[in-house]
Amino acid sequence: MENQATYNYHVVRQFSIMTVIWGIVGMLVGVICAAQMYWPELNIGPYLHFGRLRPLHTNAVIFAFGGCALFATSYYVVQRTCNTRLFCDKLAAFTFWGWQLVIVLAAITLPLGFTSGKEYAELEWPIDILITIVWVAYAVVFFGTIAKRKVQHIYVANWFFAAFILAVALLHIVNSLAVPVTLTKSYSVYAGAVDAMVQWWYGHNAVGFFLTAAFLGMMYYFVPKQAGRPVYSYRLSVVHFWALIFTYMWAGPHHLHYTALPDWTQSLGMVFSLILLAPSWGGMINGIMTLSGAWHKLRSDPILKFLITALSFYGMSTFEGPMMSIKTVNALSHYTDWTVGHVHSGALGWVAMVSIGSIYYLIPRLFNREQMHSIKLIEAHFWLATVGVVLYIASMWIAGVTQGLMWRAVNADGTLMYAFIDAVKASYPYYLIRFLGGAIFLSGMFLMLYNVLRTAFDGKAVDAQIPAIAAHAH
Amino acid sequence: MESLYLLIPLSVLLVFLIGLIFWWSVRSGQFDDLEGPGWRVLQDDDKSVADRANEEKTPD
Repeated sequence: MENQATYNYHVVRQFSIMTVIWGIVGMLVGVICAAQMYWPELNIGPYLHFGRLRPLHTNAVIFAFGGCALFATSYYVVQRTCNTRLFCDKLAAFTFWGWQLVIVLAAITLPLGFTSGKEYAELEWPIDILITIVWVAYAVVFFGTIAKRKVQHIYVANWFFAAFILAVALLHIVNSLAVPVTLTKSYSVYAGAVDAMVQWWYGHNAVGFFLTAAFLGMMYYFVPKQAGRPVYSYRLSVVHFWALIFTYMWAGPHHLHYTALPDWTQSLGMVFSLILLAPSWGGMINGIMTLSGAWHKLRSDPILKFLITALSFYGMSTFEGPMMSIKTVNALSHYTDWTVGHVHSGALGWVAMVSIGSIYYLIPRLFNREQMHSIKLIEAHFWLATVGVVLYIASMWIAGVTQGLMWRAVNADGTLMYAFIDAVKASYPYYLIRFLGGAIFLSGMFLMLYNVLRTAFDGKAVDAQIPAIAAHAH
Repeated sequence: MESLYLLIPLSVLLVFLIGLIFWWSVRSGQFDDLEGPGWRVLQDDDKSVADRANEEKTPD
């Protein structure tokens, strides 16, 4: 297998296939959670209770589905743009098997109730250590490949992937510091408001670097490739990268508005969140404008539809996010389902759609086919995904704003106008719509699995030859 | 409040580190050409062998 004349597509193939499989698993658990909100009797026993399935859902979609998509695309992009084979095949294989082991361990321990109780960082300390080891191996493979690149310039997508790898390492280590008591129980070294601040410094930057920067790296490669046009402004993409990197780290406190956190820290977090709108929209416009002169391709190419719709959702949710971080808006939105809707507009609309588009781009190239088995099925998947997201976020907007308004409504004598259960009752119909939206999105993923497997079985796993470097002026 | 004694120095340190990497990348000529790299990605033909053979058969 160790052949320096070809690219290492083997590990890319493995991660690409697992992206689809974990996508189905993670979203299925999400749909079950949504069903439990509407039909509470579906909360069965201690192991399949909402409280235990919910972290399983978030971990599966973010780290299993999103993580595998990022491993696959970053390994592909770094090889193609550096014109060299991946550094150390064995270590690359270790990242694949190590990451799958992390996912399986998460799927076992979370329903069993082993949790550190930190949102998006629930896994207990032995798994945290395993994550750290796999992540260091990932960094060695990625930066090793950059170091042995055959072209002098490092393409902008690699900058985004590099920042993602380094930032996630730092965030994971600082936030997961804990004192183990037994093999399955540990206590965070932080306590109280300190713990909350460290947690949301981690939580927001996980959104920033895992779910934003890394997927922007994906976008900066696959949108131009699929459109057959260079990125609208390469200069802007470089500015986008540095602006995002310098400002993102400071926005975390907006998760802790009106809490025990010092007031000025909350305001600082809000200001930085508002500043973030500028680089986010710069990048969004840069991605969409890449199509200028090639808009007609949107009509016939469903892969491009996925990628461009993903960018539109990225633009929407990066407008909504800063708006929700404004303290007066947050007073209404916080703790309501509006937040849940916002997250899914980013997670389904942006992260999932850009990943799905990129995987559709990759599969025929990895299995030596001209194109995916069925373009019509991609088209059908696109519409299922779009309708699913829209149903999901629209229902959560309505439910969220309703809850916010009902919670704060007071009578003339200062007593609350509604009991908590009144707001639950008012939200009830929207939970059904949310369930339907999620189920429709999930059904599209099954089409994808069929389409991907057919393409893979009709084709043959081939590692592409590394082309001779074309002469170019620096 | 105490978390800020950890997070603010960490963030400031990080900004300096990012600044350093930025300085290196500018000095080493990473951003001398801000047009070419966008095109070079497109020149890299990553089509599958099957797709290329197909295009040779039916030139459009």
